[in-house]
Amino acid sequence: MAKVDEPASSAGPVQQAEELTQAAEARAQLAVSPELVAGSVPEYLRASLSRIRAGQVGILPVVGGLLLVSVLFQSLNSHFLTAGNLVNLLVQAAVFSVLAMGEIYALLLGEIDLSVGYVAGLSGVVLAELLKPSGLDWPWWAAILVALLVCAAIGVLQGSIITRLGVPSFVVTLAGLLFWEGMMLKILGNGGSVLISDTVVNDIASGNLSPAAGWVVMLVIVGLFGVLTWRRDARRRRAGLVAPPTGLTALKIGGGLLGGVVIVLICNTDRGRILPIQGVPWVVVLVFGILAAWTFVLGRTRFGRYVYAIGGNAEAARRAGVNLPVIRTVAFTLCSFTAGMAGVIYASRLRSISTAFDQTLVLYAVAAAVIGGTSLFGGRGKALHGVLGGIVIAAIANGMGLLGLTAASQYMVTALVLLIAVTIDALTRRGRVAGM
Amino acid sequence: MITDVEPGPPPAPPTGSSEPLLRLRGINKNFGPVQALVGVDLEVPAGQVTALAGDNGAGKSVLIKCIAGIHAPESGQISWEGKPVHIRTPREAAGLGIETVYQDLALCDNLDIVQNMFLGRERSRRLTLDEEDMETSARDTLAQLRVTTVRSIRQPVASLSGGQRQSVAIAKAVLWEAKLVIMDEPTAALGVTQTANVLELVRRLADQGHAVLMVSHNLNDVFQVADQIAVLYLGRMVAVRPTAEVDRQIVVDLMTSGASTRVLDPPPAKES
Repeated sequence: MAKVDEPASSAGPVQQAEELTQAAEARAQLAVSPELVAGSVPEYLRASLSRIRAGQVGILPVVGGLLLVSVLFQSLNSHFLTAGNLVNLLVQAAVFSVLAMGEIYALLLGEIDLSVGYVAGLSGVVLAELLKPSGLDWPWWAAILVALLVCAAIGVLQGSIITRLGVPSFVVTLAGLLFWEGMMLKILGNGGSVLISDTVVNDIASGNLSPAAGWVVMLVIVGLFGVLTWRRDARRRRAGLVAPPTGLTALKIGGGLLGGVVIVLICNTDRGRILPIQGVPWVVVLVFGILAAWTFVLGRTRFGRYVYAIGGNAEAARRAGVNLPVIRTVAFTLCSFTAGMAGVIYASRLRSISTAFDQTLVLYAVAAAVIGGTSLFGGRGKALHGVLGGIVIAAIANGMGLLGLTAASQYMVTALVLLIAVTIDALTRRGRVAGM
Repeated sequence: MITDVEPGPPPAPPTGSSEPLLRLRGINKNFGPVQALVGVDLEVPAGQVTALAGDNGAGKSVLIKCIAGIHAPESGQISWEGKPVHIRTPREAAGLGIETVYQDLALCDNLDIVQNMFLGRERSRRLTLDEEDMETSARDTLAQLRVTTVRSIRQPVASLSGGQRQSVAIAKAVLWEAKLVIMDEPTAALGVTQTANVLELVRRLADQGHAVLMVSHNLNDVFQVADQIAVLYLGRMVAVRPTAEVDRQIVVDLMTSGASTRVLDPPPAKES
């Protein structure tokens, strides 16, 4: 029987619908990026506040968590916020941060990659084997290149199995986790380890820029950021689009400069115990570089847009003509490739690679991305989240180490932080769904 | 059984255009032993809303999927702007200027309005996406369709109401220069006010020269916006008539039994 709707006879439903529409409108206003509707800086701040109250929290939880952790550890051990420890913390965080930036590619698709930890390990093994002076004795750049290419190939392989054969990424990368760990052990031999004596590779994690070079690099990075931000906002104003007020653009650039100055000041403080050590570690610059590159790829390119689209609604992306298998495979490839870079940093920090590879890295990669604010449900997240999440995890490990607490309690605390982060993710997601 | 099939070439639509934008002749489609469409004829003229009515299983969805390039008909001819065409994929349909707005709307909740409207056809400047250009075009299209209820076109689609989402999906079709917009139950999930907004938008679309083919169960909607009503019954097109020549009861008869013996009362029933 065909459904024949009668026109609404009473005003009741109409009124109700009006109320619903108004409620939806109020929510819609909250969801707008504040910089797009605000005409002045105070308006911007007000709009931001109402967004936060509505549950659109962005990176606030992780920044808040970081402040909390810092205050807590500083009050328990005054050594925590010294320049030397902070720089140490940044270096410790580098491996977690870079791994998490890789993991974000899988998470954005709504998938997961459990293999990143051992892909990183394998990258370190390949690097160390190629550099062995008694063996192949390759130049550092060739060894790093091949290590990264091996990881990219692993990504292509895993990504192809996931997309072409339709095997769930959880299973494929779980198999990858076991397989690449086995491969690592096989190459290293029972209880084996390979030392790295190449100075360039070791300097990645342990070398510092000279204080002057640190300032120059920082000014170049902030300058680039400033020019790009300014030009983008100016272009929007020229095109007659809603643009953030000039004051806000200046504020953003000023904030970037302030952050840069603080980091360089901390790093340039002498932190040596016996001999003077100062300067920005290379690895910090490297992490910034990866962050900038992946932020660009995800935010400003077609590929990045499609990664978000697939995570948001794969069927919609497919109907829009997006080649799902290709985009997914490339994302998994970039994920493993980035894990390879984390492996190089890891091996460089230890100046060796051994079968005592840190197994917690495997899950810390996922944990760091999620703690940083990337959604496990796909479609929401940024490269920056990986960096921040990595710093949180490193801060917990570092702070608890300072307090002389064991690995056991570190695990438990990290687990609680992860649980809180996932809960925030689930709650804000529920808020968004209910908000429809 | 089929008493109400239009004879020979159907009469020209009220506006009197010579060649309809889309003409279907004798479309047959089987799924195994099931005949989903049997010799379906239909003309969809530009500037008009054609409503496609029919009970569940009458073949409405199969028919629009044949036009949209998702199903290939076994036999029959599709003419587009007077020329015979074969529409094999949705891409080819889009190339001709046929856009389909499905019931699920195919929007990504996490992307904003501009990103959704340009999904799959982003404009680039060198390597990077040209956001300003896309935003300007999206804004102009929404303004042209007078979709003004959204606060900002940079808000994520998740924050929109059902009617606003429908409007975005329709505006997306317009942005991509659709000559024919096919809509599958555009008001099925909407409240009263939002339904009115969407129907207004459908009307405006036709008034701006687009052809609209709207699948609908809801006869209120059909009589409110359609210029002609096509009724499918068990895979056969049992009537294609101007809205003014039928009333609700006749359409219900056609939908449920494939025929109607009623004649329109002398003063045509005023439909809202």
